[in-house]
Amino acid sequence: MGQLNTTRNVARADDVYQMLIDAHEGKTKDESDAFNARLILTLINHIGDEAVIAEALSVAEG
Amino acid sequence: MFDDRYTLAYKLYPYEKSADQDLDTPVRHPVVVVGGGPIGVATALDLGQQGIPVLVLDDHEGVGMGSRAICFSKRCLEVADRYGCGTPMVEKGVTWNLGKVFHRDHKVFEFNLLPEDGHKYPAFINLQQPYFESFMIERLRALQAEGAPIQLRGKNRVDAIEVKDDHVVLTVMTPDGPYTVEADWLVAADGANSPLRDKLGLGFTGKVFKDSFLIADIRMKGDVDFPTERWFWFEPSHGEGASMLLHRQPDNVWRVDFQIGWDVDRKEEMKEENIRRRLDAFLKGVEYDMVWSSIYTFQCKRMESFRHGRVFFAGDAAHQVSPFGARGANSGIQDVDNLGWKLGLVISGKAPEALLDSYSAEREHGADENILNSTRSTDFITPKSETSKIFRDAVLALSDKHDFARPFVNSGRLSVPCYYDGLPLNGADDLPGGPARARPGAPCPDVPLGDGFLIERLGARKGAAFQILAVDAEVPETFSAHGLDLEVVKVSAADAPLLRERYLGEARSAVYLIRPDQHVAARWETWDDRAVAQALGRATGHDIGKEQ
Repeated sequence: MGQLNTTRNVARADDVYQMLIDAHEGKTKDESDAFNARLILTLINHIGDEAVIAEALSVAEG
Repeated sequence: MFDDRYTLAYKLYPYEKSADQDLDTPVRHPVVVVGGGPIGVATALDLGQQGIPVLVLDDHEGVGMGSRAICFSKRCLEVADRYGCGTPMVEKGVTWNLGKVFHRDHKVFEFNLLPEDGHKYPAFINLQQPYFESFMIERLRALQAEGAPIQLRGKNRVDAIEVKDDHVVLTVMTPDGPYTVEADWLVAADGANSPLRDKLGLGFTGKVFKDSFLIADIRMKGDVDFPTERWFWFEPSHGEGASMLLHRQPDNVWRVDFQIGWDVDRKEEMKEENIRRRLDAFLKGVEYDMVWSSIYTFQCKRMESFRHGRVFFAGDAAHQVSPFGARGANSGIQDVDNLGWKLGLVISGKAPEALLDSYSAEREHGADENILNSTRSTDFITPKSETSKIFRDAVLALSDKHDFARPFVNSGRLSVPCYYDGLPLNGADDLPGGPARARPGAPCPDVPLGDGFLIERLGARKGAAFQILAVDAEVPETFSAHGLDLEVVKVSAADAPLLRERYLGEARSAVYLIRPDQHVAARWETWDDRAVAQALGRATGHDIGKEQ
């Protein structure tokens, strides 16, 4: 399948960004890193499609 | 006895002894405003235009030095237009719509704040605060000359306040000694450190941010090629500081704002050689004069309630935000815009006192919105934790190539007008297919009409009048209800096509009930006497405190 969505897809970007930052509030750096790993794996499962995940990895590579 | 807390840019209202000072019985004024800054003077213009006597007391004799607030929003200018001083502000100000965001030394993206035409006023102008205030005081003098019942007293400092059930008693210090004055209603517009708030023992709660910012206003010598745009740098590599803002003002003056951290030696940083060191690293060889500089820290705080019986708090006295987003003076002017007509109606016996509670409800909503936005911007600009900074930098890195990440970049969400959604004065939204931007609670969108603009015909300019805006609708020539005579404004989409997009939407005709502050109270597709009368009752506070 493939085709990572790289168009704007979040209606209220500021709200969502705040949810993300708030989720880290009070965590140590190690706890935050572990949290991020769990978050990424959860989102990867939601996406499912290997080709899309590969595209996302390449976007993150920069 | 009278030490000025700041230097004056213009001495505009020197102390004069008033007749009140020699009387044995204190004079009772309908409205006393404490504070002669932009918010206090705007209150005087609003009430004075309505013919409501208003007395402004200020502990100084004019307008303070320093550019301070520089960005004035479209909504603020529309309010100023109603007060009769919007045009000179725009003529003097620098108009801008475009912002650019940089990370280190490259541009991440740019944004346009007013992506559509057909508005009398631009998204923003930059104007030094002393000019903004001077234009309002000039207007105040013109209104006085026309007989408006406004008094402005310099070097009149409120030293004590006593709040009674139905009035307020003030002890006012002057160079000739103290006197007592009474007010039916008091508006406290005495700034972020509001002495009145302290005297009444009222709280001011929220967040203090641990960062300091150094502002330098500089006048460039010779030709400079910086355009009239807002430039914001995250981690600038060419200058010093964790972030930096560059913005043009009138008179070839530029505002440069450096984020310099929390633990700084203020005295050291304020030395001209140190300010120049930071500027030179960025300006490389450009010649300039220093105009004004200051170091500030900020907080995002508000009072729990903006009304305390006979006392109203407005502007920075009621709420304070970070400067990112230009939400300070602009929201203060919206406070005045909201309070003025309500006080006017209550004082002239045309609305119940309960209407005044809606000032609190609506403007606390506005303050919350401003505090939320300004807190978020601050958190993005100055991330509080390592992880927060990692995310911030990731957003900036992705934004360079990918448009999807750009909505997350937050260098300040610039002031937009407040929509009073879901609040008690709003009436029916009975216009199927009507545009959301003109829903009840919304400020009226502007539309060009022949050789003028709709915004010039809406809102109270003399009395606190409600209006009917009829867009291709059959409406009566006049209408009265609840003791108010409404003005009818008839327009047609045939003459002004943008009315379709901004007021009709899918509908063929529309009837809008417009508040004196140019906000929509209710709307329908066609005229209905009873429905309009009911909405007018609601918008003037007749339903507040009653079972719905």
